[in-house]
Amino acid sequence: MNRRDFTALTGLAAGALWLPSFPSLAGNIIDPSQLLEPGLDVAAKKRMADVALNAAKAAGATYADIRIQRTLNQSIFTREKQVQGISNIESLGVGIRVIANGTWGFASTNNMTDAGIAKTAQHAVAIAKANSKVQKEPVKLAPQKGYGDVSWKTPIEKNAFEVPIKEKADLLLAANAAATDNGASFVNSALFQVNEQKYFASTDGSYIDQDIHRIYPTFGVTVVDRASGKFRSRQSLSSPMGMGYEYLTPKAADKMAGPTGSDVIGYKNSYDILEDATRAAKQTKQKITCKSVVPGKYDLILDPHHLGLTIHESVGHPTELDRVLGYEANFAGTSFATLEWRKKNIPYGSKNVTIVADKLQRNSLGAVGYDDEGVKTKEWTLIDQGKLIDYQKIRDQAGIVGQNASDGCCYSQSWRDVQFQRMANVSLRPSATKRSVDELVSGVEKGIYIAGNGSFSIDQQRYNSQFGGQVFYAIEKGKITEMLEDVAYQTNTLEFWGACQGSCDQSDYRFAGFFNDGKGQPSQSSAVSHGSATTRFNGVNVINTARKIG
Amino acid sequence: MAILSKDEAQALLKKVLTYSTADECEASLRGRTSGNIRYARNSVSTAGAQDSVSLAVEARFGKRAGVATCNEFDDATLRRCVQRAEEIARLAPENPEYVPLLGAQTYLSPPSAATTVLTPALRAQAAADSMTLCTAKNLTSAGFLDGGTRFTAIRNSKGLEAYQQSTNTDFSVTVRTPDGRGSGYAIADVTDPAKLNTKALTQRAADKALGSVGAKAIEPGKYTVILEPAALMAGDDLSLLGGLVSGLDARSADEGRSFMTKKGGGNRKGEKLFDERINIYSDPLNAEVPGNAFDGDGLPTQRMSWVEKGVVKNLYYSRYWAEKNKVAPTAYPSGFIMTGGTQSTAELIKGTQKGILVTRLWYIREVDPQTLLYTGLTRDGTFYIENGAIKFPIKNLRFNESPIIMLNNIEAIGRPVRLAGCLVPPLKIRDFTFTSLSDAI
Repeated sequence: MNRRDFTALTGLAAGALWLPSFPSLAGNIIDPSQLLEPGLDVAAKKRMADVALNAAKAAGATYADIRIQRTLNQSIFTREKQVQGISNIESLGVGIRVIANGTWGFASTNNMTDAGIAKTAQHAVAIAKANSKVQKEPVKLAPQKGYGDVSWKTPIEKNAFEVPIKEKADLLLAANAAATDNGASFVNSALFQVNEQKYFASTDGSYIDQDIHRIYPTFGVTVVDRASGKFRSRQSLSSPMGMGYEYLTPKAADKMAGPTGSDVIGYKNSYDILEDATRAAKQTKQKITCKSVVPGKYDLILDPHHLGLTIHESVGHPTELDRVLGYEANFAGTSFATLEWRKKNIPYGSKNVTIVADKLQRNSLGAVGYDDEGVKTKEWTLIDQGKLIDYQKIRDQAGIVGQNASDGCCYSQSWRDVQFQRMANVSLRPSATKRSVDELVSGVEKGIYIAGNGSFSIDQQRYNSQFGGQVFYAIEKGKITEMLEDVAYQTNTLEFWGACQGSCDQSDYRFAGFFNDGKGQPSQSSAVSHGSATTRFNGVNVINTARKIG
Repeated sequence: MAILSKDEAQALLKKVLTYSTADECEASLRGRTSGNIRYARNSVSTAGAQDSVSLAVEARFGKRAGVATCNEFDDATLRRCVQRAEEIARLAPENPEYVPLLGAQTYLSPPSAATTVLTPALRAQAAADSMTLCTAKNLTSAGFLDGGTRFTAIRNSKGLEAYQQSTNTDFSVTVRTPDGRGSGYAIADVTDPAKLNTKALTQRAADKALGSVGAKAIEPGKYTVILEPAALMAGDDLSLLGGLVSGLDARSADEGRSFMTKKGGGNRKGEKLFDERINIYSDPLNAEVPGNAFDGDGLPTQRMSWVEKGVVKNLYYSRYWAEKNKVAPTAYPSGFIMTGGTQSTAELIKGTQKGILVTRLWYIREVDPQTLLYTGLTRDGTFYIENGAIKFPIKNLRFNESPIIMLNNIEAIGRPVRLAGCLVPPLKIRDFTFTSLSDAI
């Protein structure tokens, strides 16, 4: 995944103030009131879609689809007592994908006249025909019935764009104040809000209108000890969600306490940014002086905010069929979990590991009614009790693994870009029997509890990974004893999942989300959630990351 | 329409400024015409083209600023865009980090754009040259070619006028053996697409792929390494040298949250942090890697030394931070140049008793910003060197290393080559820290 852009905007090293003062090719800066203006009427979109589909067929396409997409973004950035930047961006256009001579073609435009749309459809067909001359594997689409006129909407309670900017900026500034009042030297905070208004139509007979919402509040707190020159940071324990502004109204039932003695609170379906900023400042102060970890083998207790990233990197990516087949070999990489590897029946993990993919879970980032090639979304199992049984695949890949249906995980970040296979929500099933976090910790002789995701790195076939975290606590004889620092663990995917000793139950289950997962060339971004409960892994190799420079 | 000449762009911006009633107004245009082709499994997977131009207007009343953009340029739209920027500015809070717009500036003239146009036919041919080579050798290629022309123009009410046009083409290819036991990589970027030889680059990747079959495991630990330029610099992700250079920021150092922070307060500018053979500078006039003539504020770039004989000579100062500290601001450069010697990678190998040749590093992430400790893995061609020659391929390894420590452990510096808009030499480093093995190929 690529969170470089995000880090640049909110991270600590960003030198220059971010302001949208330069023309962007991603969309137009608009007045915030325009975020609430309705998009095109559905009847108008259907008529435009038919213009595209008819033009594509007339030009020789055997299949065509069109996405008419309006994407609205609002981002608010602050540091300490000041608002650094607010951007309101609208992007509107159409992307048309066709098959001609057994080959894909794609073209996009923001000229939304009938002539502009028809010309773009013809351009897509022309590209398909040109590329068919060097095509060696004709496209075979899994059959897909048309759904007629249907719609879907993220079940939000409050559209974040309806909340005045001042109220949102004030909330971030209040979080900053909570952090600085509790000892933070610096704090950056941000709120990202996205609304994708997406209309899909295809020659299969689907006309799908969807209204998709996402939100992501976040901050980073830094404490500097001038005398020693030492500094430490802690990022927020929020998660980006497929929700409206209701995520920022804290509910007691959504606060999930870590093990006794840890001073960690995780968040389920609502987030208390003031409480987390306060706690972050206190924990960061402790990080300056707490004990540096002694490297060695430890049993790890990983909270869902942390474990979501490990699931993402070591299960989500290697089970993407386009990676398995080699389509991402030049950039994101391939996968160890090849079709041949799967035939060998090597365990992916212990019997405690059942991992499902879905595009359905309420409040998740992946939830949509239909994907970007008109397939109704579903849940399916990737790993069943430690055994890999399926991949994530879209229409032109299903036949390659002897299946006749897509999993509904095709996505494009905008009308401008072609849709392709993207990660669904990939989640670890919690324990079916009741088990609390304290019960999980109580069985650990020598271990570390890790909350929050931090530094992360994994090889291009997804074997060897290294993960940090936000806060670390030593476990001795079943109890949390003290805070630790400089912790990272290195592991091999199969060893790691093989060492899984089980999770807490459903009551501890929650999402970790990622707003900007990068894949493809040119790179596209997608958002995805990973659900899990706090989980134990035995005998993991922990390294100490402290160094000395001259 | 996407690429406007200097006269066309400035005429349009001049008109935009006449609509302004603000205390200060700046208008900028940015356009790009480009195309790409992507292939995998020796077959084209996607191809696309982009042609767009956009105008941004920033209006200021006192310390309040507002921005609006548009991509249609009739008089009514331009007028509305200026009005919207002014409306937003009036509603905006005062910016405590306000600095006035720059006045008239004098700019250097980096070498002009290429004469060869990267047409769809040229892109298809470049990809075909790569795929054909691999098909003939029963190897599998996956590659990406992306290039085109862009321009930027800025004009403001204080008299600033800036314009620059540039071209760039990027190509990378990964070649794998059909059994998945070998993988190789090559990458290049050029100003003039006529200078891009995808066949030769694919041949290099193919040689690495064939040579890396049957890799042996070695014990992780500290090794002498030869890091090829692609292991030091990447255009699309964090890299050992890219991360170091972009971290030379005065504000984060002064605030106490950077590897450049001085114990007790202040920053470490002027201190010798690296081996005395390390020299890093930026120069927009370099013929091999022409740079931007100005940054996003319209501040002129110039030749600037960042590290000289191992001493950090300059840090990046934004206009706000420079004013606050009463120093000259620094235009952020588009690339950097690390000086080196005359030896090629092959010659560095000849001079190595025992060591590891690293083609590429991958998925590099910061582990600790205090020491700039990075982790990541080798990829697409890692080889053991003995008595001046490559002996056998080795399995990939994870490293945990800081570029600050690395640039103190220099054995030799090779001849710089262009990569990601920078000039980067291969480096021979002692005691480079590998911490675990990877089975990835």
